[in-house]
Formats: sequence, structure tokens, C-alpha cells
Amino acid sequence: MTSFMPPADRHWWKVPVGRQELVWIAIALIWCIIMFLMMPLWHVYGKQNLSTEAYQTTPAKFGAKVEEMVNKYTVGKEAGLPIVAPPVGSDIYMLGRLWQWYPILKLKKNKEYRLHLSSMDWQHGFSLQPDNINLQIVPGYDMVIKITPDKSGTYSVICNEYCGIGHHTMVGKIYVEDK
Amino acid sequence: MSEFRVCPDSGFYFNKSAESLMKVNAVTGIVALLVAGILAIGVVLTRWQEVHILAADKFYMVLTAHGINALIFWIIFFEMAVLHFASSTLLRCRIATPRWAWLGYFLMLIGAIMNNVAVFSGKSSVMMTSYVPMQAEPHFYLGLILFAVGALIQVFVFFGTLVVAQQEKSYEGSVPLVTFGAITAAIIAVFTIASGAIILIPTFLWSIGYVSHIDAEMYRVIWWGMGHSSQQINVAAHVAIWYLIAGVLFGARPMSEKVSRFAFLLYILFLQLASAHHILVDPGISSEWKIFNTSYAMYLAVLASMIHGLTVPGSIEVAQRSKGYTKGLFEWLRKAPWGNPVFSAMFISLVTFGFIGGITGVVMGTEQINLIIHNTIYVPAHFHATVVTGTTLTFMAVTYLLIPVLFRRQMFLPWVAKMQPYVFGGGMTILILFMLGAGTLGVARRHWDMDFAGAAMAFEYPAIAYTMMAVGAIGGLLAIVGGAMYLVVAVGSLLFGKKLEPSAGLLESFAGKPLAASVYNISRPEMLAMAPPLKEDAHAKGGFEAPGTFGLAMLLLVTFVVYYFINWKYLASVWPLG
Repeated sequence: MTSFMPPADRHWWKVPVGRQELVWIAIALIWCIIMFLMMPLWHVYGKQNLSTEAYQTTPAKFGAKVEEMVNKYTVGKEAGLPIVAPPVGSDIYMLGRLWQWYPILKLKKNKEYRLHLSSMDWQHGFSLQPDNINLQIVPGYDMVIKITPDKSGTYSVICNEYCGIGHHTMVGKIYVEDK
Repeated sequence: MSEFRVCPDSGFYFNKSAESLMKVNAVTGIVALLVAGILAIGVVLTRWQEVHILAADKFYMVLTAHGINALIFWIIFFEMAVLHFASSTLLRCRIATPRWAWLGYFLMLIGAIMNNVAVFSGKSSVMMTSYVPMQAEPHFYLGLILFAVGALIQVFVFFGTLVVAQQEKSYEGSVPLVTFGAITAAIIAVFTIASGAIILIPTFLWSIGYVSHIDAEMYRVIWWGMGHSSQQINVAAHVAIWYLIAGVLFGARPMSEKVSRFAFLLYILFLQLASAHHILVDPGISSEWKIFNTSYAMYLAVLASMIHGLTVPGSIEVAQRSKGYTKGLFEWLRKAPWGNPVFSAMFISLVTFGFIGGITGVVMGTEQINLIIHNTIYVPAHFHATVVTGTTLTFMAVTYLLIPVLFRRQMFLPWVAKMQPYVFGGGMTILILFMLGAGTLGVARRHWDMDFAGAAMAFEYPAIAYTMMAVGAIGGLLAIVGGAMYLVVAVGSLLFGKKLEPSAGLLESFAGKPLAASVYNISRPEMLAMAPPLKEDAHAKGGFEAPGTFGLAMLLLVTFVVYYFINWKYLASVWPLG
């Protein structure tokens, strides 16, 4: 009855709060603090943290770097795309454009690489399957993440940011070899 | 001048101008919901891979229109009606500057039509988010801008009405809790619309060639200041309606005015930080910024929702117990009016919003966990639990309340209304749970083809993902049936519902008994008095006054904790990143 009437007590902010609510607020607040602390703790103890390294770039500049890597380290071809096996620990590149992920990368298991990602045109979504790692790829930004593939096999990169009519045909590949 | 009528059954006073505005905003919102619902059929039947009825271009057009009509036009038109109700009706005063409110309404209407024209022409299939540099037609953005300006005008009429009520002393003491909640929603709306203007106006200028470049990342950051915060308007509005319904149906009194109002205040202070949820895996954003913003400082807005989650059902429990339903922990809930669609819709909304919408929202909004969820179909699953079973179902509940009170009509097909919340809530819950599952398997949102037909290289989702999408689609179809049932009852009541004659009372009207007529014969309503003082010792006992609700709250907490850590475990299994 009173949720749509003015409070019974003119000085409602002085009315003491019931024990049940206080207990619940205390429990909920503790849980909120735990959840809050989990994020910084994961930065210290967890292995999946997104780097914040990024540079402004242009499609032309980024495209040139990708081509440089492709020219140096191409080891094969598949579906019209170069398969590139860059050295362990190096800067490696993948670009998203309408509608492909370019090029195909061949990496070594348990080795770290500096992966650069950017878009040549619209926004794209880098979605590594089946691991399900998802990143937003924004044109004009060169996003750098250190990755350490810890399982060997064939991974697909699908696009999960809507990018027009051919969005669903945008499938790329990353091979991870044992050694 | 007799500008007011009193509803003989509920005791609510209606000002003539305010009443017309409430009706027109609510009905326009319902038309937008009808459009969104029809489009939902196309979305559901295309994402059900075995059916897959729409071509790619049509699918993206339909999905764009579905999102905008449901998430923006339906909800915001209806919210305008809620604001006028929470000010003019609850405070028993005339509405400030009704002509300005009509101007606002027509701007919103023109904007909504203009935007729909742009989308249905097929050249603005850019999704609700319209991320640059993908470009829509200029009138796509212009429509949204006009809509936002109109909404802003109506929000300021709401603020003006509060001033009128205070100056003309139409109430004593502080504004009621429901009005307080509506004020929260309106303040967040101003922030939201300002963010929208800051980004959509330059984007519009870019679309007609006056601005050469819009930075894609800047667009995302500012756009989500509107896109996410506008969902917080909904939260504040539907929580306010929960309190209203608890008060109307049960005579429930807020357990503590201080606690509930403080929780609303936390929404104003922290909810809008949540635009960060959408940019957790974007380039170049610092971890500190992400942690602070994505957690609303320190989950203080989550705390607010957890408080409402206790105090809304808790107030119902206290009211029920005082009526003698005191057996065990849950007699109060078992003996609640489950056949009354106002209650069942509100309660289903409360449970699904808390257990599914709330928990999934916090999990996917965790900085690192977002890596395994961003842009998968988990995301729409989450916001269907907040905006559809949360806000939309609550608005449906309040519609059932307003049909007799505001529209003075007897409910059309009450037996359909009785089943509707179960069909809609049930179907939607199936859709949501299976989409959550499919998202965990990596199924992308906003994606036409799970088979990737035409891709140069093949990729196959596991078979179980297809099954999940199919079962989810069946739930979606059920929800569409539930939505249609709502529209039949709401529109049918307005068109064919018997005008109300002398009667038995509000609660009986849900069983089909007609109510009394209500005429404009009051020039100034009685002053809205403060609530009667609480009987001594009713609340003051040392023990828990709503033990059943406390049990439910603990169940929520346990579910929350378990599900939260399961997701960390899942995150730990993917490639190390740094």
C-alpha cells in the first residue's frame, strides 16, 4: 500500500533498518568485493589477461607489415591464402577484411608470439574456435596480444562482429604444431 | 474545471491531459512491440539452422529492425507512459506543459517511423549498434536523433510535473517510492540521451558528408554510454513497477524506505559505468579503467539490484504473513494469486531477471571472462533475460493492471491473459538457457549461417550447438505465441473490452467482473496523505520478518557463486594470453 504513498514517517531516513536487510546487504557487499578482487587477482595469478598494447595505424601501414611477414615466411598455400610460419617469439600479423582473415598462420605449441590484429575496413570479431577466444577488431587500431597456443591442432577464426552480407563466409585458420 | 477523475476501484486519480498522454505513449509502444514480435519470427526461424528461412540480406535487415523496435521504440514509448503515471497519477497533480509533452511524443513518433523506413528500405542493415565505419542512410541516424529529442522533452515534462506537484502541495512528506524509482529512471535517461546526442549527431553529419571521419573506437565508447545506460533506465523503471504491483496487489509496504531508496540512488551513481561491458576486448583500453567501470566501481549497482531482489519479494512476504499465511517458509508464496497475470508476470520477471539476467550479466561483464563470451550468442541470451523477461514482462504485468484502471475497460479474454505470463516467460526462458549454452560453445551472434556456406575454408560447430539453437528456437516460437497473446488481450481490451460499469472491485475484474465507471468530476484531488504509520512491533521484531525470501536470496547467491567460478575455470582452459 505504501510503495505508492509518501513514507509513513516524515523522517524516513532515520527509521532503523531491519536485521534481515542488514544481514543481506552485508553478505551481498562481501560477494561484490570478492568479485571485484577476482579481476586484479587474475592479472597476478591467471594466465588469460588481455594486453593493453595497441597502436594507431592505417589500413595501408598495417597491410604493408602483413605483406612483409607473408613474403618472408610463406611455407604453402591453402584455399588461395598463404600459409605463413613465422619464427617463434616474433611479431606475427593477421588482418580482417571483407570477408577473410589473412593470412593462415602456422605456430608452434607452447611458444609465445606477439599477434598483431587489425581491420582493413569495417569492424570485425576475431573468434578463435573451438577455444572460444573473442576479440573486437577495430579499423585504425593495431592490437597486440601475446599468445601461447597450449594445444596442438587446427583452429578456425570466425568473424563474430557483423560485417555485411558475406559475414558468414569469413573463416580463417591457425595451425598449431607440436614442434 | 474538472480535470480529474478518480478510479473507484484503485483510488488512483487521473488528470485528463496526463491520461491521454499515458494512453498514446503506451499504445504506440505496443505497436512497436507488435512489429518487433513479427520480426522475431524471422530471426528465430533463420537462426534455427534446419529451417533457415530468410536470405542473408533479409535476415540482417529483419534483425536490425527487431532490435531497434523492441529495445528502443517499444520500451521507451512505454516508459514515457510510466513516467507520466508515476508523476501525475501517483502524485495526484496536473501534468506540466502537456503541449510540450505532445510535441515530444510526435517527435518520437516521426523519428521511429523515419528510422523504420530507413531500415526497411534495405540500405541500413547496420544492426542497432550501427558501428562505424559501416554506414547507414542519413535518415536512419536522423530518426534516432528525433526520437531521442522527443524522449528528452517528455522526460523534462516529467520533471516539471514533479515541481508542479510540490508547489501545489498535492502530496505531503516525501514522494512515494515508486515515483522515486521513476525519478531514477528519468535521471539516467538524461545521461543516456546526452551520450546518444554526442555520438549520433556527428555520425549523422558524417553520413551526409559534413564530417570526414569518425573514429571507430571512440564511437564504441560513447555509443555504449547510450546503448548500455538506456538499459539501466529499464531496470530502474521495472523495479519501480515491481514495488507498485507489490503495493497494489498485496498492500505491501516497502520493508525499509531508506534501503530501497538508497538502492535506487546507487543506480544513478554507478549504472552508467557499465558501457565498459561492451569494450572489454577492444584495443588499447587500460585494465584499470576496465576493472573500475565494468564492475560499477565495485559492483555497487549489482549490490543495488541484489537489495531490490530481497526487498520486493520480502515486502510481499511480510504482507502475506500479516494476512495469516504463516505456515512454513513458503506458504505466503504458494497462496499468492498465481492466476492473476499482474502477479504471475511480475514474479516470473523478478525471478528470471535475478537468476538469469543478473548472474549472466555479471559473469560476462567480468574483465577477463568476457574473452570467452564477447559477441557470442550468449550476449543476446543475457539481454533477453534482462530486457525481455525482465522489463518487457513487467510492462506486460502493469498493462494488465492499467487496462481496468487507466483504460476503464474490462479485460478481453481473461483466460488468455491468465496463461500469457507462463507461455511468454516459459518460452523465453527456454530460448535464453539454450542460447547461453550455444554461446558457451562459441556460436556467434548476428550471424546468418552456422554452416558458413560459401566460405573458402570450412568450420563446423559441434552437433550439440545445432541442437541447442533448435531447442532455443522452439522456446523462441513459444515466446512469440506468448507475445501474441499479450497483444490480443491488450488490443482486444481496448477495442472490444466492455466499458466498465458498477462493480465489485479491482481484483475481481481480473476474474471478469466489471468495474465502476469513472468520470471527470473532480477539480482538485484530495491531498495524497502519508502512508498510515506502522503498527508497533510489526517490523521491530529481532528475527527475520521474511525468512522465505531470505532463503530464496541465499539460493540466488549460491547459484551466483557456483556459476561465477565455473566460468573462471572455463577461462583457465583456453590459450594463455598476455
